[in-house]
Amino acid sequence: MSPLLQTIIITVVVLLVLMTIAANLIWVERRMLALWQDRLGPNRVGPLGLVQVVADMVKIFFKEDWIPKFADRPVFFIAPTIVIITVLMSFAVIPFAPGISVVNLNVGLLFFLAMSSLGVYSVVLGGWSSNNKYSLLGSLRAAAQMISYEVFMGLSLMGVVILAGSFNLNDIVEAQGRITWFFIPQILGFFVFFLAGIAETHRLPFDLPEAESELISGFHSEYSGMKFGMFFVGEYLGITLISSMIVTLFFGGWLGPSFLPPVVWFLLKMAVFILIFVLLRAALPRPRYDQLMSYGWKFLLPLSLLNLVVTGLVVLLLK
Amino acid sequence: MNIYDIVFYLFAAITLVSAFFVVTTRNIVYSAFNLLFTFFGVAGLYVLLGADFVAVVQIMVYVGGILILILFGVMLTNKITNVQIKTGTLQVIPAVIGVLLLAGVLIFKVFLGTEWKSVKTDIPVKTTAFALGKLLITDYVLIFELLGILLLVVLIGAATIARREK
Repeated sequence: MSPLLQTIIITVVVLLVLMTIAANLIWVERRMLALWQDRLGPNRVGPLGLVQVVADMVKIFFKEDWIPKFADRPVFFIAPTIVIITVLMSFAVIPFAPGISVVNLNVGLLFFLAMSSLGVYSVVLGGWSSNNKYSLLGSLRAAAQMISYEVFMGLSLMGVVILAGSFNLNDIVEAQGRITWFFIPQILGFFVFFLAGIAETHRLPFDLPEAESELISGFHSEYSGMKFGMFFVGEYLGITLISSMIVTLFFGGWLGPSFLPPVVWFLLKMAVFILIFVLLRAALPRPRYDQLMSYGWKFLLPLSLLNLVVTGLVVLLLK
Repeated sequence: MNIYDIVFYLFAAITLVSAFFVVTTRNIVYSAFNLLFTFFGVAGLYVLLGADFVAVVQIMVYVGGILILILFGVMLTNKITNVQIKTGTLQVIPAVIGVLLLAGVLIFKVFLGTEWKSVKTDIPVKTTAFALGKLLITDYVLIFELLGILLLVVLIGAATIARREK
């Protein structure tokens, strides 16, 4: 099989699998939230409510796609697509199993950080183009929150880079096979990355940009139909992305006992972290905005710097 | 014309066209938005030159950091989007002379006067991050440290200004 054909096949399969996961997360999230909050959740459409996803999709496609007269049309159109594009681009560098990644990029980790920093444009431009006070407030919050937490996100991963000696995600997973899974030596880095990941995907408890009780869902108030759907799917894709990055960087990627194929290990570990994301939403209230920012700059930033210095020192001493 | 050339001209076109819109559009948010594509095009050119690290950092720093701060400032400024940016033509003759002088220097001194090195290589398989890192802490360590101090000064200055009133 020619390499080009192989790449195309892998790309298409990864895309389809991701879209399926993201769509089904709608059902998973609603059912799990219901379970943890002692409710029933959607259980009418099909067995266990599984066909709910199809029903939701049909609904969202057929809803009127209304654009406010006061909106800035071109930007309003482009904004929701940006989040989907950047998240899907990030998936290109993730190694799902040995040899199964869209590209084996030498600066894969940096590519992921670059793409996740682009995601903020979706929210900022979406909120601005809606021409609505609440949307603008939401997008300002999103911009401040995401550029702040990107800093800690990048710094928290540098410890992993020092240990693995590479920006290449394949090398990082293989290094974890040689040394140990990085969440043990990099427990601080894992902690910071996880929190920054929640803030980057603006999920509860850090969903200040869309806080429905104060901002009537913030940056996407004016969005309807499939444009809203793209923000929605983008959020679930974001959760999937952060979960896969956690698995790749801290929990050994595809590594695991050999009775299951590597890709199954990867997906299983990823599923665990997706469920933790949902559990957080079910369990925690959201902080105030200034609490979020001061927590980030006064606690997470020193923590990630400390982690970086200690990791560098230990690696240097052991050499 | 092979695929390399096609990709090169594609990125060059993206860079130039979006840069043209950056300076001609009257809406300041559109300007910032077009600047995004300019940075993208430049990052693409870096990739074609084999500078993978610089390309990704270009996107991270300029697109992910600086441009979003510009947008942030624009959005926080009241009614800035309604301000008509003046694009009239003033002082035609001095402007033409200045542009011609600059163009002359650029074309004859810089473009034709430089001995361009053209080395035919493939895009390197190994990342350039190692070599760059090594250079930064050996040959260019003084500049690196000075830049660090400069940024620290800026940081402290900004913090002082921001929390002046109690």
